Amino acid sequence: MNYLEHIGKYFIMLRQVFKRPQKWKVFREMLFREIDDLGLKSLGIIMFISFFIGGVVAIQTALNVDSPFIPKYLIGFATKRSMILEFGPTFTSVILAGKVGSYIASSIGTMRVTEQIDALEVMGINSLNYLVLPKVIATLFFYPLLVLIAMFLGIFGGWAAGILTDLFYTTDYINGIQMDFNPFFIKYAMVKSVVFAFVIATVPAYHGYYVKGGSLEVGRASTQAVVWTSVVIITLNYFLTQMLLG
Amino acid sequence: MIEVKNLHKSFGDAHILKGITTSFEKGKTNLIIGQSGSGKTVFLKSLLGLHTPELGTISFDGRVYKDLNIEQKRELRTEIGMLFQGSALFDSLTVEENIMFPLKMFSNQSKKEMLIRVDAVLERVNLLGSNRKFPAELSGGMQKRVAIARAIVMNPKYLFCDEPNSGLDPQTATVIDNLIQEITKEYQMVTVVNSHDMNSVMEIGEKIIFLKDGHKAWEGTNKQMVITDNEAIVNFVYSSNLFKKIREVYLKESKL
Repeated sequence: MNYLEHIGKYFIMLRQVFKRPQKWKVFREMLFREIDDLGLKSLGIIMFISFFIGGVVAIQTALNVDSPFIPKYLIGFATKRSMILEFGPTFTSVILAGKVGSYIASSIGTMRVTEQIDALEVMGINSLNYLVLPKVIATLFFYPLLVLIAMFLGIFGGWAAGILTDLFYTTDYINGIQMDFNPFFIKYAMVKSVVFAFVIATVPAYHGYYVKGGSLEVGRASTQAVVWTSVVIITLNYFLTQMLLG
Repeated sequence: MIEVKNLHKSFGDAHILKGITTSFEKGKTNLIIGQSGSGKTVFLKSLLGLHTPELGTISFDGRVYKDLNIEQKRELRTEIGMLFQGSALFDSLTVEENIMFPLKMFSNQSKKEMLIRVDAVLERVNLLGSNRKFPAELSGGMQKRVAIARAIVMNPKYLFCDEPNSGLDPQTATVIDNLIQEITKEYQMVTVVNSHDMNSVMEIGEKIIFLKDGHKAWEGTNKQMVITDNEAIVNFVYSSNLFKKIREVYLKESKL
């Protein structure tokens, strides 16, 4: 199947996903379950990674800025900008593409090969709407929050790294964070995280839903889902940056 | 009653169903048999609306499926129960939640009413007390019984079973067969079973349809199947020497 056919099939799938839920009560239950599975259960890994990424950015900036003409507050400034503009939204999304993307593709794929999706269809349930819409809504609402947490912890991690290594002072770092703060960058990061959240929920769902075969194919679909979700995120990141900041 | 007229279905160049015409009556256990690749599963999935036939009609008590609108199709589907080959229970839900699922989706019953209904069907399939277990904690036979309970929880008019005995030992398979036949009579459903288990065919086949290369090659009851001289079905059903000898003995005794 060529790429265009996949893209067309993906958009046809989205048409089925965005229909009115058949039963709001069941949809609400599914939504809370997905917020737990896709959001809350990703909180730990995001907190851990962003804290250390912030630390590494701060240390690397400090080690590379050894000229006496460059002020030390630049370390805090660079860490803040890196975390808000790129590491927060993009890096977090790529991590989630791996963790959540593989989970979505394999769980839906397993449902497909074990006829659970057929069972839903036979009952007269729009399986795409029932399975995918709660995932999309859960990620759209929860991932911007995860990105905000990642930004905050990254900046905090940068400060912690500086204190532990004595590479810079707290006052310099705080000055750097407060310097030239542009609220639009937060909006930019939120726009990116919403777009990426949509990709993280739908691209793996597509790979899982249309899987054919057995467990081996589910494994392959899961890998494909992670690869394609990452590719789409990185590509969209380029265009969004060009559109919003260029 | 389900009536099928001149049903054709193809996948690309492969013509799978080649003009099948038959009917399935209420309160009877109807079996579809045939070799692997004969079109049994495609036929069953076409009856269920999972495949759209190119030609021909399927009507449920006079309602022609292809002429129904989305809402009418959805309503019809609530009258259908399905038992899948691998049970197709939802892994993340308990037995109780699995059975309650169609009620939650399609009825306005209170939770208490739903639980009473769940217990009633669980009792019917002799699994009362397994409410809190997950499918992974059950044996193959128990999973099949839960799937039957889920299929009948909405009081369906039509029950479809795809290879209900696959992967089960002969004793458990007989229990499942008897259960299917009992609930067919009890609920006065039109039951269509896709099987290649000869025990089932002989035990519960009140009407048997034999498919060969996408055609209906033979139709009759389990009793007629023993005495038929239709070569295609004799070769299929009595493929082993033991079965052939049993048939010969049976025919001799019948003549005597």
